Amino acid sequence: MSITPTSAQFKTNAHHALGDADLQSALAHVPTGFVANRASAIANLPEFDALRDSARDIKNHTLAHLDLYLEAYEEKVKAAGGHVHFARTSDEANAIVLEICKAHDAHIVTKGKSMISEEMGLNDVLAAHAITPVETDLGEYIIQLRHETPSHIIAPAAHLTKAQVEGDFRRAHVDLDRARNLEEPETLLAEARTILRQNFLKADVGITGANFLIAETGTSIIVTNEGNGDLTQTLPKVHIVLASIEKLVPTLEDAAQILRVLARSATGQDMSVYTTLSTGPRRADDPDGPEHYHVIILDNGRSSMLAGPFKDMLRCIRCGACMNHCPVYQAVGGHAYGWVYPGPMGAVLTPALIGLDQSADLPNASSFCGKCEEVCPVRIPLPKLMRLWRDRAFERHLMPWTQRAALGFWAFFARHPRLYRGATSMAIGMLGLFGRGKDNLNALPFLKAWTKSRDFPVPQGGTFQAQWAKRNAGPQIKAPKS
Amino acid sequence: MTISTGPLSGSRPRVGLFVTCLVDLIRPSVGFAAVKLLQDAGCTVEVPLQTCCGQPAYNSGDRATAQALARKIIGTFEVFDYVVAPSGSCAGMMAKHFPELFKDDPDYAAKADRFAAKTYELISFLTDVLAVTSVDTSFLRKVTYHDSCSGLRELGIEAQPRQLLKSVRGLDLVEMEEATVCCGFGGTFAVKYEEISSVIADKKAMNIEASGAPVLLAGDLGCLMNMAGKLARRGSRVEVRHIAEVLADITDTPPIGRGQKP
Ligand code: SF4
Repeated sequence: MSITPTSAQFKTNAHHALGDADLQSALAHVPTGFVANRASAIANLPEFDALRDSARDIKNHTLAHLDLYLEAYEEKVKAAGGHVHFARTSDEANAIVLEICKAHDAHIVTKGKSMISEEMGLNDVLAAHAITPVETDLGEYIIQLRHETPSHIIAPAAHLTKAQVEGDFRRAHVDLDRARNLEEPETLLAEARTILRQNFLKADVGITGANFLIAETGTSIIVTNEGNGDLTQTLPKVHIVLASIEKLVPTLEDAAQILRVLARSATGQDMSVYTTLSTGPRRADDPDGPEHYHVIILDNGRSSMLAGPFKDMLRCIRCGACMNHCPVYQAVGGHAYGWVYPGPMGAVLTPALIGLDQSADLPNASSFCGKCEEVCPVRIPLPKLMRLWRDRAFERHLMPWTQRAALGFWAFFARHPRLYRGATSMAIGMLGLFGRGKDNLNALPFLKAWTKSRDFPVPQGGTFQAQWAKRNAGPQIKAPKS
Repeated sequence: MTISTGPLSGSRPRVGLFVTCLVDLIRPSVGFAAVKLLQDAGCTVEVPLQTCCGQPAYNSGDRATAQALARKIIGTFEVFDYVVAPSGSCAGMMAKHFPELFKDDPDYAAKADRFAAKTYELISFLTDVLAVTSVDTSFLRKVTYHDSCSGLRELGIEAQPRQLLKSVRGLDLVEMEEATVCCGFGGTFAVKYEEISSVIADKKAMNIEASGAPVLLAGDLGCLMNMAGKLARRGSRVEVRHIAEVLADITDTPPIGRGQKP
C-alpha cells in the first residue's frame, strides 16, 4: 500500500494550486530563500563544478557495480550485528517494518524524515495496525498534524505559511498557554521539540531514512538540521533504516565528496548541521544506541531502471535544487504533482515508479528551460529524460487525441515545403483579415489557449519566404514586355 | 551601416539562412534583419525553401516526424558553409538535438554531426565565427534583454548579445532581475499548460516592467511573442523587438503587437 497518486489530474491540481493564496505566498519564499542561498554558496566555491563531476562519477561507478556494492554492504552490516532486508515492493517493505514492530511489541514509533517511508505510505500502514507513528522532523511533524503529504523532498512543509503553522500548533497543542508568543520560527521549533521529547522517550522503534549507505563499512548516513534524527535512532531499542538501492556509495570518502555538493545545492549551507553515521546496533562499550539494527532496502521498480535509459535518474541525491529552480514548481508547488516526488526529478522518477499512464502529464508539464539540469549537483539530464517519457507517451497514445491530431496536421505541412508555403501564406492572410485594424488578436477561436491570458500579435503580413522569393525574382517578373 | 569584424580568411562564407517558422509567418522583418547583418559581415546569404526544425514533434515525443523533418533540413542545407537561424531555440534543435536524433543510425549520424557543427544562432555566429565585435548603428533608447533558455543553456549565448548591444550608439542596456529565468513560453507548453505558462509570463512581465526600460529585446521570436502578448494584456507600454532588428537598424517597423493599424 502506498499513497494514491493524483498525478493523472496534474492540470486540475495545478489549477487549484494557482488559486490558493496561502500556497502562493509560501511559494514566494522559494526564489529568495533556496535559490539565493545556493547561488551565494556556490559563488564561494570555485571548484563546485569539478565537485559535481566527481559526484556524478562516484554515482555512475556505484550504479555500474551495484550488485557488488549491495553485497559488500550487506556483509558489513551483518558483521556489525545488524540485519539487511531487501524489499521488491512497498508492500513487502511495509510488511517487514510491521514484523519488526510486532516482534518488539511496539506501540509508538518515532520517525526521522524519509521519502522512502512516504513512498511506502508507511504511516497509514502503522496506524492501521495500532502503532502510532510520530514524525520528529519539524516539517514532517507539521504536515502530520495536518494529515498532509510532503510538498518538497527536503522541506516537507514548503507549501505552508508561518501563520498556517502557528494556527495548527494552537489547535493541536491545547494544553499550552494560549497567550504564548509563536511569532518567530524558532519558537515553533522549540514548541515542537517540547512535545516531541516525551515521544522520543516512549518510542519502541525509531525509523530514519538514509542519505547514503556505505558499502565499505556498512554505515548509513543521514544529514539533518534539527538533530531529531540522532534522537530517533539512538533512544529507542530498535532502529530501522529505510533506504532505496541507489543510496549506496563505495566508501566514506565518496560520501564525504558528495556531501560537499549536497547541502550547498539543497539549502546553500556548506554542510548540514548534523551528519549522523550509524553502523549496526549498540556495541558493548557504546554509551547509547539501539539494541537492534535493521536496514530495509526498497527497490520498487528501480532495478529495472538500471538497464535502461533512465539509469541516470538513479544518481539523484535528493537535494531538491531542481524543484527549487523550476518555474513550474515555483508556480504550482509540490502537491500538484500528485505523488511523493515533485518538480523535475519527480517528473522523471514518478513515471518509472507508478507507471506512465498514471503520470503522463508530469514529464510534459515543462517548458524545457533547462534550469534543472543546470543546477543538478550530479548532472542528471532531466529535460532529456522527460523527453524520453514523452516519446513513450506518444508511442503508447497517451496524449489527448486533439493534441495528436493537431500535431499530425502540422507535421503533414511541415514535411511538404511547397504545400507549406501555400498554406502558411493563406493562413497568414486570414490572420491578417481577423486582425485588420488591430495591433493584437485577443480572442482567436483556434488559439484560445494562447489568447486567454495574452495577446497574439497580428502578423506583419506576407511570409518571409514569399517576400524573399519575390524580391529575388523581382526583375524577371516585372519585365515581361520588351 | 557597417560592421567591424576581425580578419575574414578566404572568400565570402556562403550562409544558408534558416528563417524559423515564426519569423517566416509572423515577423518577416527579423529575417531581413538577419540577412542584413550577415551580408554586412561579409556573407553571401541564401534562403532555400524550408519549413520547420521539428521541435514541436520532437518535444511531443514524435521522433519519427522529427527525424523526417531533420533529414529534409540537412538535405537542403548541407551545401552551405554555415547554417544560421535567428533563434537560439531552433539553432539549438539543429546543432544539439539533430545529432541526438540520429545517434543510433550509423548511416546518418556522421552527416547529422557535420551539419550540426556548422549550425549557429545568428548573434553568436556574428561574434564567435565572424569575429564581429561591434555594429555601426544607433538606437537612442534604454533597453533590457531577456536571455531565452535554449540559446543560454544549450548554446551558451549570454555575453555575445550584450557585447553587440553595448556597441550600439545611444543604447542604454539595463539588466532586469532574473533575466535568465524562463518567460513561460516553451513552445507547445504555452498552449498545453496555458495557465502555468501565463503565471510564469506574468512574473517575467513584472521584472521587465520593474527594470524601467521601455524596450525589451531577446533573440527568440517565440519568447518575444509570449512576453509581448503578456505585456500588452497587462496594459504595459513596453515595446518588444527581436535583437536583430536593433542591431541591423531595421526599427522602422512597429514593435511586436503594435501599430499594425492601416
Ligand atoms: S535530480 Fe538533481 S537537482 Fe533534483 S533532487 Fe536529484 S540531485 Fe537534486
